[in-house]
Amino acid sequence: MAKYAILIYDDPAGYASMSPEAWSAVVDAHSVFVKQVFELGGSLAGGEALANTTTATSIRGGSTVTDGPFLETKEALGGFYVVEARDLDHALEIAKGCPAPFGGVEVRPVVDPTQANPF
Amino acid sequence: MLSATVRVAGDLDLAEECAQEAYVSALRSWTRDGVPARPGAWLTTAARNQALDRLRRDATLRRKLPLLVEPASVDPDDADELDRPDDAVPDDRLRLVFTCCHPALAPEARVALTLRLVCGVPTSDVARAFLVPEPTMAARITRAKKKIAAARIPYRVPGRAELPERLDSVLTAVHLLFSTGHTAGQGDALVREELCDRALHLARALAALLPEQAEARGLLGLLLLTDARRATRTDEQGRLLLLADQDRTRWDQRAVLEGLTVTAGALASGPPGRFTLQAAIAGVHAVAPSLEQTDWPRVVHLYDRLLAVWGTPVVALNRAAAVAFADGPAAALPLLDELATDPRLADYPYLPATRADLLRRLGDAAGAAVAYRRALELTANAAERAFLRQRLAEVSSAER
Repeated sequence: MAKYAILIYDDPAGYASMSPEAWSAVVDAHSVFVKQVFELGGSLAGGEALANTTTATSIRGGSTVTDGPFLETKEALGGFYVVEARDLDHALEIAKGCPAPFGGVEVRPVVDPTQANPF
Repeated sequence: MLSATVRVAGDLDLAEECAQEAYVSALRSWTRDGVPARPGAWLTTAARNQALDRLRRDATLRRKLPLLVEPASVDPDDADELDRPDDAVPDDRLRLVFTCCHPALAPEARVALTLRLVCGVPTSDVARAFLVPEPTMAARITRAKKKIAAARIPYRVPGRAELPERLDSVLTAVHLLFSTGHTAGQGDALVREELCDRALHLARALAALLPEQAEARGLLGLLLLTDARRATRTDEQGRLLLLADQDRTRWDQRAVLEGLTVTAGALASGPPGRFTLQAAIAGVHAVAPSLEQTDWPRVVHLYDRLLAVWGTPVVALNRAAAVAFADGPAAALPLLDELATDPRLADYPYLPATRADLLRRLGDAAGAAVAYRRALELTANAAERAFLRQRLAEVSSAER
């Protein structure tokens, strides 16, 4: 098994104008997704939702502090899961169930730090 | 051989290295002891042994190397596991094709990787086929190989549910592989037979593995019917012969028959896709006694259907050429005028070549000469250039 991060990139505007019913539907969808990870033979190694990009502060070059997210795009990183999967196909199968109603998800292998040069 | 070795080595680069070492040691031992009865099996065994040696020598090597396959898939000390029967080989090679054509890889890298790894085409030739500088192609292939290893793209034929999105890319790769061999983009020879043979082999394995996929059979039909004409596409001097000038009695009748059977089966199993329709067109040509006696209205009808499922300007150009035979060259000229405005065909040599041919048939020698000159500017293949030059000389003397 290998670790994969499922990064959720969504347009924050979609969530901002959401009805309470739609919001609870998204929360339910995440509960269903988490259950599915195990049903599909994977496991969950972590994951968090991130506060809105308006709360973000960036640091460049180790010292320059600026207001806002690192990249200003329509779709922002809104949260992530870390799952354990057999291979990329397995991770993609799992990630297809991850809710991202206003964008999509990106799947990236998590680097194994025990390797001599993981890059 | 590479696909058999990669299963042991678990890493594409290591497998390639071992395969090369096997060739070197083969050269040494064969010049000493003579060529063995089954050189292919000898090389595969040698390459696998190389891979096993390397794995045993350094037990940590496998952990350090990014794995392509599950570590437990091969036990280096289990001889039975390694001596699988040869009939596993086509499936093995298909797995490699499906790995190379994984949707997680950039589309332009998929065919390049297939050419390089499944067919052993040198990177310089792959670069030439894609009209990019060699370092660009080398970087593209390296990036794709790294992603296969780092993201753990599995080495397998995908399950039924995933097939629709992947099969098309695989069929396209095999078709392009055949096309690359069928008309070499550059160089002296028109046909590179080893690429055609490898593509046919893969198409056969795909059709056998996925009999319910009509397009897999359509592709096999298309390749068989096209390849049946291989021997007649050039004359003794290696000059290009058009369909009109080919000796149809020398077409490979066994390949034609098989191609027609396979294509008929594909056509019978539902709405045909682009490969099946192209195969059907090739089938109409294959059964025609001469160019004039070809069922051209049927060819135009098939091109109409092909255009509906695959609306590319190249298909439209071929349809126009068929219209020229069905309804006369004058009927096709307006179609070419329309295509000439398509920027995608701006540097496509077959557009001016087709126009030149229509004008020549209409008796417009001056117009034909202009179009032949333009086609010559755009064509890199020596056989095709020689043909165009000859036609240009003919219309130029008619002009005077």
